[in-house]
Amino acid sequence: MTVILSQSFTGVSIGAVLLLIALGLSLTFGQMGVINMAHGEFIMAGAYTVYVVQQSVEAPGTSLLLALPVAFLVAGAMGVLLEWLLIRRLYTRPLDTLLVTWGVSLMLQQLARDIFGAPNVHTRAPSWLSGRITLIGGEHPLTLAHSRLFILALALAAVLALTLTLRLTSLGRRMRAVVQHRELAEASGIATGQVDRITFFIGSGLAGLAGVALTLVGPIGPTMGTNIIIDAFLVIVVGGIGQLRGAVIAAFALGVLQAVMEYSTTVSLARVVVLVAIVAFLQWRPQGIYTLRTRSLA
Amino acid sequence: MIENPKVRRSSRWRLAAGYALGAVLLFAVAPAALSDFRLEQLARYLCFALVAVGISLAWGRGGMLTLGQGLFFGLGGYVMAMHLKLADAGPGQLPDFMLLYGSTDQLPWWWEPFRSPVVAIAAVFLVPMAVAALIGFLVFRRRVKGAYFAILSQALAAAFAILLIGQQATTGGTNGLTNFQGFFGFSLHDPVNRRMVYFVIAGTLLAVMLLTRQLFLSRYGELLVAVRDSEERVRFLGYDPALVKLVAYVVSAGMAGLAGALFVPAVGIISPALIGIVPSIQFLIGAAIGGRASLVGAALGAIAVAWAQTTLSEEFPAAWTYFQAGLFIVVVAFLPGGLISLRQLLARRRPSPVGGTP
Repeated sequence: MTVILSQSFTGVSIGAVLLLIALGLSLTFGQMGVINMAHGEFIMAGAYTVYVVQQSVEAPGTSLLLALPVAFLVAGAMGVLLEWLLIRRLYTRPLDTLLVTWGVSLMLQQLARDIFGAPNVHTRAPSWLSGRITLIGGEHPLTLAHSRLFILALALAAVLALTLTLRLTSLGRRMRAVVQHRELAEASGIATGQVDRITFFIGSGLAGLAGVALTLVGPIGPTMGTNIIIDAFLVIVVGGIGQLRGAVIAAFALGVLQAVMEYSTTVSLARVVVLVAIVAFLQWRPQGIYTLRTRSLA
Repeated sequence: MIENPKVRRSSRWRLAAGYALGAVLLFAVAPAALSDFRLEQLARYLCFALVAVGISLAWGRGGMLTLGQGLFFGLGGYVMAMHLKLADAGPGQLPDFMLLYGSTDQLPWWWEPFRSPVVAIAAVFLVPMAVAALIGFLVFRRRVKGAYFAILSQALAAAFAILLIGQQATTGGTNGLTNFQGFFGFSLHDPVNRRMVYFVIAGTLLAVMLLTRQLFLSRYGELLVAVRDSEERVRFLGYDPALVKLVAYVVSAGMAGLAGALFVPAVGIISPALIGIVPSIQFLIGAAIGGRASLVGAALGAIAVAWAQTTLSEEFPAAWTYFQAGLFIVVVAFLPGGLISLRQLLARRRPSPVGGTP
């Protein structure tokens, strides 16, 4: 029983990482119908930020906390640049944007290889994240690693901050207006281009935070973004485009399902089971858990 | 699309001349001019061109961005590889890698059917087509499209590659299947037979391109473009868009499977590294750069990109990546019809058949 529980907790923490990634993706996807394949490389940028910050700030705890805002800014700036250079030109062709941003992601991976080298680099985790909390002792103890709790807290804080921004601020209202009806928002005097850039900044910045979180659980390398981005896309497919609530539910559901299936079968079979579950789910709700109701036929 | 019949007739002659020229190049010039090594490389590029023809059908004409053709390429490839392995081993024997690892002492049940050459040849396209039919039925029926479809197809290819890696004992794992001795009774060590494999591939590519062209020109081809450009209107007219898309997807999967199957004797290996996410998208790059909606453009693009990759990436791996990605970005962003549409743009003729894909 405790094995299932501890697998579930691992799943929740995988879900938290997925959630951090999917939040940003969902935001940019909802904004312009753009699937940003370079989002994975923004994650990578966030992870390398930790590595770079540690070169100058020795103490691992300070450097991790310092890396969080820096990674947000670095990844956010990359997002704004991408939006300004390419994405806004491809407004009416969302599928082509997917391909173009994939080309960008190829370039960024090579750039990382040229700057940091092809092998994975390592960062030092602060001591206060290396411990474990024991919930249930005994033969099959249920313990929670501090690092995974930290990731969970980070993800929940990001969800909270984003929700509050979207609900309570005037910027959030403008962002929601553009997502729901771009032309009407434009006609109401909202500078949609400016809102697009801010949305991309926040969405990509969240990818940077996810990258920082990922340094606590895995290696940092040029291809780290590619593997996890597909899972994040699946979260969005299940959750519904541009729906934060959907993303939260889907991220944790997929994380837990993957972790529990890994325990009862193998890693590779678990992937297949998760995919089959997603395709089955789409038979029931093809637009995801939550959908934005519109009158558009497309 | 209303066409001037005169233009159409002259372009038909040009097309016939083009195919004749292609046939001469593939069957006479290339075998005479190229060394055995280069000819084998060309055989590999032609396999990629075959995948690109399928992509041109599903994506260029059908508007379905299939990021996961590696799945079908892999299915065809593995079916062929399993047959070749069993044929090498002889009746009742286990393939060498299973004996080597000692992981299993009896043949897995799903290997057994591919002992028969007839079953294997049929299965190289029927298996991918069946899988595509199942996926397509589930996905198109529920009107899952656009980015959702792209992501799902990509995830499926990734899952397939991971599954193969995980089943080391029965699939060869990361190493894949390699070291084939014969090809339907002909030794693959004999250069003459390897040339024969090249001719089979070149012939298949030309035949498939001609057949696909006929498909483009048929009523079905018109319907497919109509579904791409306005699915709802086609539905209102009483057609079932899901069925129209399904056919194109299944046929393109069959082409990818065939390409994978021909790739195996030509190159001598099939492995998960050839069919995962990255190779699946790379199948697209050639088609996109050449011209997604044009058969010739897609095929030539695939050949050119694969050729450039082998010649340039050995010497300048970093520079090649930047160049490839940069070209891809520029072409997709600013020239969605691909390089082949440059000709039409310069001649200011009718607009390229690539429409918006919402």
